[in-house]
Amino acid sequence: MTGQSDTVLDVEALDVRYGPVRAVRGISFGVARGGITALLGANGAGKSSTLMAIAGVVPVASGRVSLFGKPTAKTTPDAIVRSGVGICPEGRRIFASLSVEENLIVAGTAVATPQVAATRREEMMERFPILGERRRQLAGLLSGGEQQMLAVARALMGAPKLLLMDEPSLGLAPQMVDTIFSIIEELQREGISILLVEQNAALALEVANHAVVMANGEIAGQGAPADLAGDTLLKSAYLAA
Amino acid sequence: MDQLLQQLINALSLGGIYAMLALGLAIVFSIVGLINFAHGDIMTFGGYGIFLSMVFGFPPIAALCIGLGAAVVMALAMERTAFRVMRGADVISLLITSFAVSEILKVLFQNGISARPVPISFPAAWSGSYQIGGMTIGVAPTASILVTIVSLGCLTFVLRRLAIGMAMRAAAEDFDMLRMLGVRANRVVAAAFAISGLLAGIAAVIWTAQRGSVDPMMGFFPVLKAFIATVLGGLGSLGGAVLGGFVVGTLEVLTQAFLPDALAPYRDAIVLSAVIAVLLVRPDGLLPARSGARS
Repeated sequence: MTGQSDTVLDVEALDVRYGPVRAVRGISFGVARGGITALLGANGAGKSSTLMAIAGVVPVASGRVSLFGKPTAKTTPDAIVRSGVGICPEGRRIFASLSVEENLIVAGTAVATPQVAATRREEMMERFPILGERRRQLAGLLSGGEQQMLAVARALMGAPKLLLMDEPSLGLAPQMVDTIFSIIEELQREGISILLVEQNAALALEVANHAVVMANGEIAGQGAPADLAGDTLLKSAYLAA
Repeated sequence: MDQLLQQLINALSLGGIYAMLALGLAIVFSIVGLINFAHGDIMTFGGYGIFLSMVFGFPPIAALCIGLGAAVVMALAMERTAFRVMRGADVISLLITSFAVSEILKVLFQNGISARPVPISFPAAWSGSYQIGGMTIGVAPTASILVTIVSLGCLTFVLRRLAIGMAMRAAAEDFDMLRMLGVRANRVVAAAFAISGLLAGIAAVIWTAQRGSVDPMMGFFPVLKAFIATVLGGLGSLGGAVLGGFVVGTLEVLTQAFLPDALAPYRDAIVLSAVIAVLLVRPDGLLPARSGARS
């Protein structure tokens, strides 16, 4: 297989274990180049564990994760990010005691030269004007939606080819949820592939071109969003929306 | 009045040393959750660096620079050999590792150099004094205060203005997130140890310049006071460490200067009782760390 395959992420028979607990049980799926894969399911289905294993934050117990055609065995999160991945983790995890601008400076240190990082910071503040207005403010004082924008901007500082997003809409006001989803669509139009973990299945199915439904660490079904949305059994069983 | 100003200078001078040591402890603790008991030995190693380079005939200023470098190298070596393999272990395991490192170094100092104090002869002018408005002020305490101010100023600049400093503040808040931004954990940790070693080296320079000798326990007692300062200020809080250092230094100088002779043997007990009294009222310290204690 060459690097020019049609997927940027391939997960094969992935297992994630926390001690004796098998949180993820032999799942396989992928993210197409330029596509959005939505990873759906109830709380505790293993979505975040899957994402964290791809990010290298929790170990892969067995199975294989390949990024851009290369297996990522025994790599650390920082190496995975430097290979072209952006991570927006659950809970946003912005650095609350740093200013908005400092958050972006830190995010640029490892993934861009100082000049490129400075240019990208300005681009981010143009793309998200609220961040530009609040650049000197402590990030902890931003609203939830603004913090999510900062988390996205931070993940974009390395100009990633693949973005891993964990629950970007969680805890946000409905209007802000719409904003975040339009940002997701915009990023896709710019050519960034996205793995989107979401509890808001209805919205996720609108933007995704592939959907994976997880339950109890396994895949309950996957396919095109239109097919899944029509699958009433799957929908009533696993998708609260 | 003269007496009070004199003591104020002594308090700032001693407090500054404690503040820099406490800051070194706090920077490492805030990032890797290590309470580095061997921090005092970094300072001692810096002292021996000064001693040995003088023995080998380096001029005093060069010797001080070598001492600084020795402390930084020792801090980095400790991190690389002892603490990196223990990364992510709980606070107690890390603390015990640092005890071991400290004991090993003390034995090496005792057997490799001498268990007794070795003298360092600096130029006489360094231990002299000067007159301002009829008051006699020591050169060494003055220099020590200036060095402290410059060091704290530089450190503030690094932490506030440079990307590596921002990354260290970010690491103190959420180390795992920093790695999810592509930052190599080892670099940030090494930077934290290097800074803490540099601060211990500066403390060693001031300490030896004032006392003129080095012994294997040189760093132990000042770092013990610095520990108390970090707890008093709020464990893991950098501002708290500096404040705690100055408070402990001031209490010590004031009790030494103004306590009646009969109570003098109880000096440490009185200072530490005052610290306990503060902690009873403010259990998290004077300036608690924002994110609370991390492990």
